[in-house]
Amino acid sequence: MSNSTLSSVSSNPRPRAVAAAGQPLLEINNFSTHYVSAQGTRVVRAVDDVTLRVNAGETVGIVGESGSGKSTLALSILRVLPTAARIVSGQLWFEGEDLVRKSDAEMQDVRGKRIAMILQDPMASLNPLFTIGNQVAEPIRVHEGADRSTAWRRARDLLKAVRIPSPETRVRQFPHEMSGGMRQRIVGAIGISCEPRLLIADEPTTSLDLTIQAQYLNLLRELQREHGLALIFITHNLGIVAKMCDKLVVMYAGRVVESGPVSQIFNTPTHPYTKALLNAIPRMSDRRQRLTAIEGQPPDLAALPRGCAFAARCPEVFDRCRKETPPEFNLDGGRTTRCWLTTAATQSGAA
Amino acid sequence: MNVLEADGLTKHFSARRGLLGGSRGVVRAVDDISFAIENGRTLGVVGESGCGKTTTAKLVLGLEEPTGGSIRFQGKDLRSLDPLGRKQYRKSVQAVFQDPYASLSPRMRISDIISEPLTTNETVTSADARKRVLKLLDLVGLPARSADLFPHEFSGGQRQRIAIARALALSPKLVVLDEPVSALDVSIRAQILNLLRDLQEEMGLSYLFIAHDLAAVAHMSHAIVVMYLGKIVEMGDAQSLVRAPKHPYTAALFSAALPSHPDEQRDEIVLSGEVPSPLNPPSGCRFHPRCPSAMTICSQREPELLNADDRLVACHLFSAGGNAN
Repeated sequence: MSNSTLSSVSSNPRPRAVAAAGQPLLEINNFSTHYVSAQGTRVVRAVDDVTLRVNAGETVGIVGESGSGKSTLALSILRVLPTAARIVSGQLWFEGEDLVRKSDAEMQDVRGKRIAMILQDPMASLNPLFTIGNQVAEPIRVHEGADRSTAWRRARDLLKAVRIPSPETRVRQFPHEMSGGMRQRIVGAIGISCEPRLLIADEPTTSLDLTIQAQYLNLLRELQREHGLALIFITHNLGIVAKMCDKLVVMYAGRVVESGPVSQIFNTPTHPYTKALLNAIPRMSDRRQRLTAIEGQPPDLAALPRGCAFAARCPEVFDRCRKETPPEFNLDGGRTTRCWLTTAATQSGAA
Repeated sequence: MNVLEADGLTKHFSARRGLLGGSRGVVRAVDDISFAIENGRTLGVVGESGCGKTTTAKLVLGLEEPTGGSIRFQGKDLRSLDPLGRKQYRKSVQAVFQDPYASLSPRMRISDIISEPLTTNETVTSADARKRVLKLLDLVGLPARSADLFPHEFSGGQRQRIAIARALALSPKLVVLDEPVSALDVSIRAQILNLLRDLQEEMGLSYLFIAHDLAAVAHMSHAIVVMYLGKIVEMGDAQSLVRAPKHPYTAALFSAALPSHPDEQRDEIVLSGEVPSPLNPPSGCRFHPRCPSAMTICSQREPELLNADDRLVACHLFSAGGNAN
């Protein structure tokens, strides 16, 4: 059951994804990444049996708490994992090629060129010793072999594209001369410099102020439209998903517990964890005196309980949940869920 | 009845400009602000980096001396207090900070962390201190055995509970909450926000709640203060301010907040530009260069914080002069 691929998202209500239907750009099948301790005695199942698909031009939000495996999944796609990590199973099909089987040298042509990544902290992703122009031009010179003056001209155009005022002077400045919002936009410019097909953004706006965050998210959306980019947002913030994404993937303890079109999941969540998560967020309009908190904490990934990882915190738990791990059930409308409740409630919907 | 009143509170920092430190500039971090925190209620403070909300918290905590203006606590001006009264004030006002990984010493056991304020401020026997620690742990929903453990044995949410227990050790009247949940996971935030609400009800606590998550502030606060570049631009009842912001900055800020549902329809006001340097704030209204409804008067005269229906707004659109335009 769990190794069937997801049906394509045809019922997506958002118009900007319509052009995206057809071949998936990225197809992740039964993918697992584990961290293994030096003695091999401790195994942390950071990403466990994940299957998901990203179409060209689509925006997918991957949501989860710390330790849910969302960042490890992103690093796996780019194959920039720490040494303790092992890709233990599964495939990463990107434009018809399996990234898992590529050599490190071959991956260098993928990273930054076909798949780019934006990290949370713009200060840490920019080198303080090099000028902005140098850093924006670097991928263009490396990947496209452009000469210095061409690359710098492109860098100036890119800064203009990400709304940096007076790019002619900014290219000669250093990161410390910019504000946080500007630095993050420069990281965005580096990300799109080689016109990648897929941009992975790991918590790209957490360090930004609200009004700057709004500017930045709108900019990403424009860049996406202009360049036909597919976007993966790694975030813990459901608000970003509500604003930006076509598809939502909810991760818990290394597994995808629910996925599907965003507004369908917000309107009718099927997995108890998703339901609880949606109820736990304070809303501007609500008059609730108390929020519905999820009691307890996520489990230790090195010592996962038998059965469903959410069972200990689940309000709807029953016997089977503690004994057997639920597989990924395919539901109507391109949705999936990993919950035993699904079998009883939507038997007909299961694929 | 107000537990704390700030009147014309001002804090300026001097800044050295340039490498050689020739001319000196002044950062008006908090510039002539007045507000009150009611007994047993929560005052929320929102605004972006550099708006002065953290400086305000430090002034209230007595960690910074104001350049001007005054703070009255339970009717008494802090400047008039003798050292003993000052100490009493420090006991009555406690704080919970953003990062529970940084705010708890990794070398101290939980019982020592929670009882430290007791032993330094009061004369208690170790048996009494222990009893108080266990009571506080129970109050914040942690098991008694936590007392003998170290911070690294706890998750972020549990650490924040420990920080809250420590803040409550001296039975304060007012607790300053500076981003108390932003370092926590989404599923844990609700636990902590609920706990803070329960404690407020049980102990009659007042809160000064600072956060950038507007929905959390709206959820927790009875009244809200909106700050921009060291000034209060709008202040009033939380519910009505959130429902119908008046100041153009408040409107833009709340419209920039992320939606809670993908089907939510909103008119988004995207501000251009960034917050100017507080070293050199714009003339007139400090918001005018970014304001979508700026008028000529806005760059010339600084608007006063005036009554506008149910709240206070500092904007020429709502003062008599502005209406004519």
